[in-house]
Amino acid sequence: MSPRAPIPLEPASTDPARIRNFCIIAHIDHGKSTLADRMLQLTGVVSDRDMRAQYLDRMDIERERGITIKSQAVRMPWSSSVVEPVATTYALNMIDTPGHVDFTYEVSRSLAACEGAILLVDAAQGIEAQTLANLYLALANDLEIIPVLNKIDLPAADPDKYAEELAQLIGGDPADVLRVSGKTGEGVEALLDRVVERVPAPTGDASAPARAMIFDSVYDSYRGVVTYVRMVDGGLRPRERIQMMSTRATHDILEIGVSSPEPTPTHGLGVGEVGYLITGVKDVRQSKVGDTVTTAAKAATAALPGYTEPLPMVFSGIYPIDGSDYPELRDALDKLKLSDAALNYEPETSVALGFGFRCGFLGLLHLEIVTERLQREFDLDIITTAPSVVYAVRTEDKKTVTVTNPSEFPGGKIDAVSEPVVKASILAPKDYVGTIMELCQSRRGTLGGMDYLGSDRVELHYTMPLGEIVFDFFDQLKSRTAGYASLDYEPAGEQEADLVKVDILLQGETVDAFSAIVHRDKAYAYGTMMAGRLRELIPRQQFEVPIQAAIGARIIARENIRAMRKDVLAKCYGGDITRKRKLLEKQKEGKKRMKMVGRVEVPQEAFIAALSGDTESAKKK
Amino acid sequence: MPSTLPAGDPAPADGTLPASVAVGAEARDLGVYLHVPFCRVRCGYCDFNTYTADEVRGVRREDYADQAIAEVRMAREILARAGVGTRPVSTVFFGGGTPTLLPVADLARMLDAVRGAWGLAPDAEVTTEANPDSVDREALRALAAAGVTRVSFGMQSAVPHVLATLERTHDPDRVPLVVGWAREAGLAVSLDLIYGAPGETAEDWERSLEAALAQHPDHVSAYALIVEQGTRLARQVARGEVVAPDDDLQAELYERADALLTAAGYSWYEVSNWARSAADRSRHNLSYWTGQDWWGIGPGAHSHVGGVRWWNLKHPAAYADRIRAGLSPAHARELLDDETRRVERVLLETRIAGGLPLEALEPAGRAEVAALIAEGLVEGRPAIHGRVVPTLRGRLLADTVVRRLLTD
Repeated sequence: MSPRAPIPLEPASTDPARIRNFCIIAHIDHGKSTLADRMLQLTGVVSDRDMRAQYLDRMDIERERGITIKSQAVRMPWSSSVVEPVATTYALNMIDTPGHVDFTYEVSRSLAACEGAILLVDAAQGIEAQTLANLYLALANDLEIIPVLNKIDLPAADPDKYAEELAQLIGGDPADVLRVSGKTGEGVEALLDRVVERVPAPTGDASAPARAMIFDSVYDSYRGVVTYVRMVDGGLRPRERIQMMSTRATHDILEIGVSSPEPTPTHGLGVGEVGYLITGVKDVRQSKVGDTVTTAAKAATAALPGYTEPLPMVFSGIYPIDGSDYPELRDALDKLKLSDAALNYEPETSVALGFGFRCGFLGLLHLEIVTERLQREFDLDIITTAPSVVYAVRTEDKKTVTVTNPSEFPGGKIDAVSEPVVKASILAPKDYVGTIMELCQSRRGTLGGMDYLGSDRVELHYTMPLGEIVFDFFDQLKSRTAGYASLDYEPAGEQEADLVKVDILLQGETVDAFSAIVHRDKAYAYGTMMAGRLRELIPRQQFEVPIQAAIGARIIARENIRAMRKDVLAKCYGGDITRKRKLLEKQKEGKKRMKMVGRVEVPQEAFIAALSGDTESAKKK
Repeated sequence: MPSTLPAGDPAPADGTLPASVAVGAEARDLGVYLHVPFCRVRCGYCDFNTYTADEVRGVRREDYADQAIAEVRMAREILARAGVGTRPVSTVFFGGGTPTLLPVADLARMLDAVRGAWGLAPDAEVTTEANPDSVDREALRALAAAGVTRVSFGMQSAVPHVLATLERTHDPDRVPLVVGWAREAGLAVSLDLIYGAPGETAEDWERSLEAALAQHPDHVSAYALIVEQGTRLARQVARGEVVAPDDDLQAELYERADALLTAAGYSWYEVSNWARSAADRSRHNLSYWTGQDWWGIGPGAHSHVGGVRWWNLKHPAAYADRIRAGLSPAHARELLDDETRRVERVLLETRIAGGLPLEALEPAGRAEVAALIAEGLVEGRPAIHGRVVPTLRGRLLADTVVRRLLTD
């Protein structure tokens, strides 16, 4: 145990003046988890022996990608004499925030649980767009910001330059920017002292009816839903009956406690404290992030502000590659839903892909995480269709149809189509401004302005259709800027646009999975691109297969797969019949992975590749 | 045989065959394939089990005949123990490699060993492969005297730039000479051709076919060039130095070959083989497609006896070690169950003019035949008489036809 980590304060009876609630705002791989690891060790809550890298990131996906999807809170004791003349013990609650644009709402709730935020920036890279976005949120929540440069041990670190940039950004003196290394631990004690000194103590009314804000809700297969809360007023005790203020649903507290970092039951939680509740509910939807928890016996009258229902922004169809896996896919989604309140889905049928689900996501990363979890945790082979957004289509007879799937696009005459737009901010070295503007313009973006950050980096503000961002925008941005650009966006209403549905036909049959809603100016480009891809990906058949792209009945692009003329192997190789038979078995196996579109056999790989744009790896198969 | 061997079950050290191989043996022919794993040069497209050095890891070329003879004797014992050793051999085939790189006396001794082990049927077909530049008048006469009845010349092409691409060393003008000498010696003649080499045009191919037909061979084989993994040709294709043969062009070349050969009075009896009359067909070749018994002698050689397939160790040195120790050189084997035998039958007999009896198909496969006739892949008339015979288009798409006949 560290000499700086003495006897912890007793939860439920800690003086709010001795509590500091803070979070760390950082970009992916700017070292947040490593810094958190050092704090856990320094404060003695994790022994050196039990330490494993990135202790708090629990899911494999999180650890591998170096990002945090779900937040957590850890209570750490810390003794400091920076405020009082004698060394005094404090309870530091570190609230981990999700680090990605898709989870802005969850981030905002985590921030609302804190009084201060460590703004952690890589001393070799400077601040990134997502960090900026979260910093704005923190400032909007009146959080005390502690600027810190991390990775000062790196040879490429330029702390003077980035200290200047941070000071310019949030005001203050570059000398006040702390410099630490999460890797070596250098400067971390000073940082904890700074938290005690600068982060305001929480305030609240201990005698008022209990009000606790849910900032995270996690499904645990053994314990059910674990709800993370920040007590604002009053207190909660074990075995008390609680009420969720949005739904009025009541539950009994089976366990209440704090994480340090393993869950530790306590006698309750008092004003300003951060901890967890277990009530035995099995679905995170019964314990929604942002909701207010009160007691059933003495219920509060007003909920804490800021609660909203998560709203899906991006939609995609998810289908099992093997149709017989449909029940497994449904079970897997049902299980994922328990831990992911933002995921929603409903059954959907595709002519080409069979039975599957239309799923709504907060954004592209959310979609990626869900599909990856389905594949990894549930061992399912799935296909996802091209992501789509929500369109409002007004038909000639003034009816409005909500379209989240190109197949729902009305067939008759269309009066107007409106699409969601976002405010996007892109942060990049100034040399890339030209190429970024070119990309954004080609995606129907409108430049709203430019800000210089320091001497060589620029933040560009664009208003863009979300539909343009979900289609391959981020990959394009990264590849055109050698990976330097970062992106953040937030919803900014809707706009009317000249949008059409482009269908792809194989031998005259529409392949619904390939239909897309695109701007009229880009319909031709989409049609030729898709038809060209499919020509590469679909193996030759016994007969000629025309591939067409069409808007309604009008054909806008056409390709042809010529008929296969020969597949026989000439020789039998000196009687090696076994080899020939094995080849046949392989071919038959391959056929099982084909989907029939009319008479045309389309390999699963072709669907995946055509939908992802990855034509190269499919051809290698 | 290809450079890689299939995976299989372990083969017993003494080569013992299960008793099941005796079932129906009297109705099957017995053939012997004698592999000679030596060549003067290795051609860029070839992935057969052959070696160009005089001595491979301590195994000398001059010792090879004795090793092969030892395996023939072992084969006789094993077949006798299994109760299938009483039939005289109906076909013998010397293949390679280049069999005629061995002295004729060696080949004669090997053939004598076969004769000694089982006897040769009076009408036995005894073929050797030969390169036009690896035999002369004397050698052909001596082969005939030793009992060889048929020679298959690796002519490949009559066009110098195609021969150069294939890295064949013979002068095309030598083909008429060796064919004449073979006839003089009383040997039946087959010419082997390869089509679809990089750079070969349809006109080149027709020139080769016409040159072959001008020799009035009894039999013609025409094989599409295949880019096999691990060959020099595959590496050249991978590096982009040559363009891999295109399936469409190969289909066209095949169609031209069939047209020219048919017009000249030859008829196809297997996808890649044409004969002047039924008597001129290679019975040894057909035995592979019709499930007869044959024993493959030599490194990497494949055998089939009564539903058991096995293959020998590939390397001549490893092979020689086993033979010297009196052990079976078999590397691995496969015991075919009834369903696998049925699948193989469909796979193999769909390639031959004799066709596949409809009884070999399951009901779903039989139902598919009508669609295959309608699509022009299977001949209508023989189907009505109970046999599935592919059309010209069906021969080229034989893999598709087989797959559809085997639909579950």
